[in-house]
Amino acid sequence: MFAMKNTEILTIAGKEFHSRLFTGTGKFASPKLMKDALTASGTEMVTVALRRVDLKNPEDHILNHLDRTLFHLLPNTSGAANAEEAVRLARLSLASSLSNWIKLEVTPEPRYLLPDGEETLKAAKILIKEGFIVLPYIQADPLLARKLEDIGTATVMPLASPIGSNKGIKNIDLIKIIIEQANIPVVIDAGLGKPSDAAYAMELGADAVLVNTAIATASNPKNMGEAFKLATIAGRIAYLSGLSNTSDIANASSPLDWLS
Amino acid sequence: MSFFDFFSSLDQKEIVDRVYAKYDQTYLLTLINKESLHYYDFLALLSPSAESVLNEMAIKSQFITKKFFGNTMLLYVPLYLSNECSNACLYCGFNKNANIIRRTLSLKEIEQEILFLKEKGFDHILLLTGEYPSVAGIDYLEEAISLTKKYFSSISLEVFPSTEAKYKQLVDAGATGLTLYQETYHLPTYKLVHLSGPKTNFAFRLNAPEEALAAGFRKVGLGALLGLTDWRFDSAFVGSHAKYLMNKFWKSDVSISFPRLRHTPSSLPLIFTVSDKNLVQMILAFRLFLPSSALTLSTRESAELRDNLMGLCITQMSAESKTNPGGYTSNLSTEQFSTDDNRSLKKIISCLNKKGLDPILKDWSNHFQGFNQEPA
Repeated sequence: MFAMKNTEILTIAGKEFHSRLFTGTGKFASPKLMKDALTASGTEMVTVALRRVDLKNPEDHILNHLDRTLFHLLPNTSGAANAEEAVRLARLSLASSLSNWIKLEVTPEPRYLLPDGEETLKAAKILIKEGFIVLPYIQADPLLARKLEDIGTATVMPLASPIGSNKGIKNIDLIKIIIEQANIPVVIDAGLGKPSDAAYAMELGADAVLVNTAIATASNPKNMGEAFKLATIAGRIAYLSGLSNTSDIANASSPLDWLS
Repeated sequence: MSFFDFFSSLDQKEIVDRVYAKYDQTYLLTLINKESLHYYDFLALLSPSAESVLNEMAIKSQFITKKFFGNTMLLYVPLYLSNECSNACLYCGFNKNANIIRRTLSLKEIEQEILFLKEKGFDHILLLTGEYPSVAGIDYLEEAISLTKKYFSSISLEVFPSTEAKYKQLVDAGATGLTLYQETYHLPTYKLVHLSGPKTNFAFRLNAPEEALAAGFRKVGLGALLGLTDWRFDSAFVGSHAKYLMNKFWKSDVSISFPRLRHTPSSLPLIFTVSDKNLVQMILAFRLFLPSSALTLSTRESAELRDNLMGLCITQMSAESKTNPGGYTSNLSTEQFSTDDNRSLKKIISCLNKKGLDPILKDWSNHFQGFNQEPA
């Protein structure tokens, strides 16, 4: 299969990933379904909500089902309402030897769980100083993405549409600007409801996508995991192959060839 | 403006008219398919007319619940700290005039109960008292919370109404949520069933959830005691209360509970029956109106009903509840009401699993909200 030949590597903070599909661990009907879906998705980066994890309990529900040799664990601060809470959670994760990687989520309102840019930037500054590898969840705000890159985040993770909404990429123009300007990997996070949404994000030039709800709440999470895997690869190959509608100008034979 | 002011400014007649208006099915189906419901849409879904579209409401409700909560159910356990009370409420087992065995747990006794519940696997706990400030007041609760915090990630309270300053003491001690049922929003009924004691102050109770959010509680739970008056009337005002609080305190979670009087005490002057069908309509209307709010169904209800509502609209449930102080490790006091679903936590978990739902026992970090400044 052509798709399987894709061996291109994504590097984040010096760590190499062969899969550009990141996944979440929430909302699954059982740990077994989660494990099967994650395996089928080929993901190598898996995010886990720290508030759900019982770090004192080695039998913990979620951690126990994740093979850390297969999946790079990315703890997240979901539920944190401000920078202080997010920082505290990240420190807890590090102190418990879970990881110095942190998916920074600061979502002060419980209705749409939209990220608070101001608090995210504040927390990112503190955590980077303390040596964390920070992957911030943000609105599709190109200036905020720039500011976060300037202070040293490992990626930026703009949302495609509100989390859990399965609406696909609703703020496409801003996402395009972020991708165009970023010098760090751009991971499209939240709202990708269908494999075609993931493929689309990758076609736009995103470096990776993060999918949770669409896989976890599918009737068959395992197959949906695989579908997202294929779609992510397809979108990436399409991007690298130069989509005709986005690369006309760069690749067309020039009408000014005669001008030397 | 407090909620009491807002409530007083509402045109109750208009609201009741809307709840009892006739709506045609096509119109109701349009409402069900809306992405975001207006308060008037919610009133229409509470109407007798909407009984004809319950199935469609259920389908949409299932979709919304899955979208916001996934295939999960949060489980918690109640712990009664005291059954002493200075109120005379006609429907309540702790009524001050009732000849029952009263008890307020000492810290040592609380710890005994906590250890028992922790051992079972619970991590979200609800602490309850009657209203008897001289024995089980704010200072008592503060100590109980500090103790409980050592063992449980999430502590919510179901206690008496108070003020922002006093509630703040409880938030600072480590409590996250406060549940406070108005019992009924129908003032004449409220007066009829609350004969004496501080609870006779309707306005003070009505404003307490707001005081709690101002004090820094992250979650409040609202509800009406179903059976005291027309459930449609009370639902309409629980809905307006929830929306009011969500608008004013945009960072907070507002959850709704559906406590139903199952064995109506003979002391009640009037009996308003709430059938299973009524209860289901009410819960579905709330799910459509408040898609991201947690909806709770306690062990007052039968195992059968609870099982049927898992995955459909309810997102949190208590388990193995005892409603008398000390009830888990001894049995030396009288309960507030008898529970119906007496299955063990293990059994409920296995039921959830069969339904394709993942039980969640921990969904909170004690690093939220300002405690445990440094990682443990």
